[in-house]
Amino acid sequence: MSRQTVEFSITAAERLNETLNAFLQIDREGALQRAEELDRSGKVGPLAGIPIAVKDNICVKGLQASCGSKILGDYHPPYNATVIERLTNAGAVVIGKTNCDEFAMGSSNENSAFGPVRNPWDTTRVSGGSSGGSATAVAAGIVPVALGSDTGGSVRQPASLCGVVGMKPTYGRNSRYGLVAFASSLDQVGVFAREVEDAARVLGVIAGRDPQDATTADVPVPDYTASLTGDVKGARIGFPRALFGKGLDNEVKSSVESVVDVYRDLGAEIVDVELPNAGYAIAVYYIIATAEASSNLARFDGVRYGFRAENAPELRQMYRRTRAEGFGPEVKRRIMLGTYVLSAGYYDAYYRKAQQVRTLIKNDFLKAFASCDAIITPTSPTPAFAIGEKTDDPLAMYLNDIYTVTANLAGIPGISVPCGLSSERLPIGFQLLGPYWSEEMILKLAHGYEQVRPFNERPPISAS
Amino acid sequence: MPITQSDIEKVAQLAHLELGEEELKTLGPQLAEIVDYVEQLNELDTTNVEPAIGGLTPEGERTETSRPDEIFGSLGQKIALAEAPDPAEGHFRVPKVL
Repeated sequence: MSRQTVEFSITAAERLNETLNAFLQIDREGALQRAEELDRSGKVGPLAGIPIAVKDNICVKGLQASCGSKILGDYHPPYNATVIERLTNAGAVVIGKTNCDEFAMGSSNENSAFGPVRNPWDTTRVSGGSSGGSATAVAAGIVPVALGSDTGGSVRQPASLCGVVGMKPTYGRNSRYGLVAFASSLDQVGVFAREVEDAARVLGVIAGRDPQDATTADVPVPDYTASLTGDVKGARIGFPRALFGKGLDNEVKSSVESVVDVYRDLGAEIVDVELPNAGYAIAVYYIIATAEASSNLARFDGVRYGFRAENAPELRQMYRRTRAEGFGPEVKRRIMLGTYVLSAGYYDAYYRKAQQVRTLIKNDFLKAFASCDAIITPTSPTPAFAIGEKTDDPLAMYLNDIYTVTANLAGIPGISVPCGLSSERLPIGFQLLGPYWSEEMILKLAHGYEQVRPFNERPPISAS
Repeated sequence: MPITQSDIEKVAQLAHLELGEEELKTLGPQLAEIVDYVEQLNELDTTNVEPAIGGLTPEGERTETSRPDEIFGSLGQKIALAEAPDPAEGHFRVPKVL
């Protein structure tokens, strides 16, 4: 039983990879072996026999973890990430590692050293990023669920662009042990699924305190599927009108506004809310994320693992060349920016200032959530754009994250749910943001919408 | 604030990155544009605002969680060295330091 399901996924992954470039490694032999073991043992778990794809910055013992970078290229971590340990114990079978922007830095997957992932809805367009391979693998029906990481929207934005559900839980809800660090005060492992219920089930398995990650909080993990009643009557949904203005694609705007109407019809109360500092989020994000990245990525120095440059007879020269040859342009740009904002004389002007404005953004949410249970926004300002369209303009690329970064800055959970197709048949998603530890509520609301407006469209590039 | 070529070289030095001529030329204006963008934060008065450093949630900030002081297994030398580009005699070998 498990074997059949897993084999279907592997075969689909292999067949579609030339077109989509979603996988960096497909583990046919290992995955089939684990599926057969499961079948033999008769072991049942909440995810028994479910094939799963994992972003290549999450450690799976025995498989590669390149992070989409040449500097880690053929690196094989000697241990499992805690989230992988938990998924495996629940019966899930990892079928492969998915393509991503290098070290999860990007919104289009074009920053992967191994080529961009292609959007299954239109292969001339980006999948979104940075977890583009995982989003695509689910959208194309290769796997029912996948893991990604979300530092500024890297699960929710590609989910939106590919037409699947993508969720980032509260900061501290699940463990990052075994997730290669990008920006430690923002990173969180997230889940992709076709349907909200599957996302709820996977989150329930991976969530919870982990002694190996001190930032995980000791907050009980509820049965997330139990909250999926379909009843959203009386829920208060905050509508931040000001975020539905400049820069937002018209089709995305009207699509998300019609979601608001659906919720109203379902008996939810729509409340006006304001997030006055949301416009500063990108600026705050690109200071904090790059500062933390410049520090986290200092470990890639050609000594303990990964790539080392040749012809560097002196230690510091070896460091500099290894990093010059191993990192791609966007990673270098962010390391440079992060080093600059942390360098002597600039710390207060940039990093401290950004952390202060982060407090203001967090307080905006706390205030807004006093009058509502969740906030609705678009996930991405536009549907999937063309490959190559924004690669020469880093700042324009950063603005793709305008609706998603605030959740990471505040540490709150968010979910992206498909809500239709554009006139060019490209998926559009809406986002629900909730207070700390409100995963149950936003899953329930997302599910309630899905029950009355199921997204049944399938992309032209698909496994079945 | 303008970012000069020598600023870029200094930052590259700090970041242990060897940059080529072409990169030095393109990175300057790109960083300047981003820095110019992030300076919009100066519009905000943050005089008495605490920086959001540390845990974000009250639950995450609790520090009373501790574990028993027990010895548990580690990777061991062989596995820890298995991915090293140049392991030697149970160590990480590096080019000469001085």
